[in-house]
Amino acid sequence: MRRGLFLPIVATLGFVFLYAPIVSLVVFSFNESKLVTVWGGFSTKWYVELFANPDVLNAGLLSLRIAASSATIALVLGTLCAVALQRFGRFRGQTLMAGMVSAPLVMPDVITGLSLLLLFVAMQELFGWPAGRGELTIVIAHATFCMAYVTVVVRSRLSDLDLSLEEAAQDLGAVPARVFFDITLPIIAPALISGWLLSFTLSLDDLVIASFVSGPDSNTLPMVIFSKMKLGVSPDINALAAIIIGIVALGVVIATAFQLTRPKQRAPA
Amino acid sequence: MTADLATVHSAHAAWRPWNFLRNWLAMAGIGGRWAVILPPMLWLCIFFLIPLVVVIKIAFSESVVAQPPYMPLVTVSKEGDVQLTLHLSTFLYLTQDRLYFDAFISSLKIALISTVLALLVGYPMAYFIARSPDRLRNILLMLVILPFWSSFLLRVYAWIGILKNNGVVDNLLKAARVPWLIDRLNGLLAPLGWSVPQLPWPMLYSDFAVYLGIVYMYLPFMILPLYTNLVKLDAALLEASADLGAKPFRTFLSVTLPLSVPGIVAGSMLVFIPAIGEYVIPQLLGGPSTLMIGRVLWDEFFANRDWPTASAVAIVMLVVVVAPLLALQRVQAAMVDRQ
Repeated sequence: MRRGLFLPIVATLGFVFLYAPIVSLVVFSFNESKLVTVWGGFSTKWYVELFANPDVLNAGLLSLRIAASSATIALVLGTLCAVALQRFGRFRGQTLMAGMVSAPLVMPDVITGLSLLLLFVAMQELFGWPAGRGELTIVIAHATFCMAYVTVVVRSRLSDLDLSLEEAAQDLGAVPARVFFDITLPIIAPALISGWLLSFTLSLDDLVIASFVSGPDSNTLPMVIFSKMKLGVSPDINALAAIIIGIVALGVVIATAFQLTRPKQRAPA
Repeated sequence: MTADLATVHSAHAAWRPWNFLRNWLAMAGIGGRWAVILPPMLWLCIFFLIPLVVVIKIAFSESVVAQPPYMPLVTVSKEGDVQLTLHLSTFLYLTQDRLYFDAFISSLKIALISTVLALLVGYPMAYFIARSPDRLRNILLMLVILPFWSSFLLRVYAWIGILKNNGVVDNLLKAARVPWLIDRLNGLLAPLGWSVPQLPWPMLYSDFAVYLGIVYMYLPFMILPLYTNLVKLDAALLEASADLGAKPFRTFLSVTLPLSVPGIVAGSMLVFIPAIGEYVIPQLLGGPSTLMIGRVLWDEFFANRDWPTASAVAIVMLVVVVAPLLALQRVQAAMVDRQ
């Protein structure tokens, strides 16, 4: 087939479209001028200002804590869910479980946030727990929608898995729990890691759900950024963006290097 | 020797997690399977299913100025009679005020236009990636996914800097002497009574910025299913079509495009569904007149503190918009399975 120029040009423009905003964020984080998009010379003063702002730092730490706990809860529950749906055949409540765990994937954030807040308010009235809203309620909300993503990732890995390994262990007399911890878990470990990372990122990124279920003293990083953004552009947000982009880029480099140095696996990744 | 081995074995076995688990569960009288099923099941029932029930309950409650700002559905009178009052007034109110109807229609319109634009941009990109040599393909795929890992909010923020007056685009156009060109053009067009608006063009805080934002944010969700579909396309079919004398564009229209319909539908769903309920993008990039249902729900809740109305909007959103799409997606998945 003759290759035209149309596709390469459109694809290049597409990638420029994807990356131009990110590049502009980073470039203007080093801008001396307070007018974010007018170049006034190189400066790192916005990074200094960012780290001098306790609101941003506290919110960042809070967001990291929430992301780590909710990703861990989501990992455990999502993996259990994936094992039940992928390995247990038909069981009572299977359809309900499959529906409930995939619905958050398409549920608009505003509805998830609203419904969970109304639940927390009702629970507080009825049982006195959770007392008020804050870190705990955000963790619960994030774990709930993140476990849907963990389930998808782990399920697809489980469905690729060679059943004969698990059957061999069972034939050798291992109880199901032992088969899971000794055979299945090490094999699906990469899927567990990506599920956890995905949850961590989703939690760190969420503005809408956290805004609904947070309390007065628990402003997550996206909430702080959002309230700053409503006041207009400000170069210290650019500095923050550049740091986040730097961490992501570093993570990708490490992950790639890790994959390159590892011996090739026989099983498909 | 054997005794030694046995001791080693039992000492080794003692810390193994399943022993704890098994003993603990046996004490609780729970079989192994249910120990796996119950925790996620209970969690989902409590934190997914019941909240939806609560939303329905509050949508049927009367709004009051109190904390929490709604009346209970079930009241017990002094005589001990239990009375259930369903207030349909909130739903009635939604049909009376045109704001809500307009917001739904406008959300659907914005989501539809953005989806079509994302398809037009994403299709050639997915096709290009699918036709690339193996090594390049993996790099390009990674480049498509990568922005997703950095903050959503900050990428929306980037567009504010690009689109605003005196922003990146504005300054690039000025540097390219576009204002001068527009002056010359307007000089030529003046006798006809036409004119081109002078810079700065109001790009930010408009529907245009919302389309741009949605396409930008959801483009990876369009590209990935399209890519998965297009990469499986048999090159022999394209060659056969070419051998039979079809021009490349004809081959595309009558071979590639029909075969990629499942990818198009899947990608469009992944853009269209979240776009309907989008709040952040219309709030930050849209103008005051950019009406979207997610924004209306947010304002009802946070600005007006009208919980019943916010709940009713949520239910209508679920029933009218999300449910049919989910059904459609199921049908689509079933069709793909049969193929």
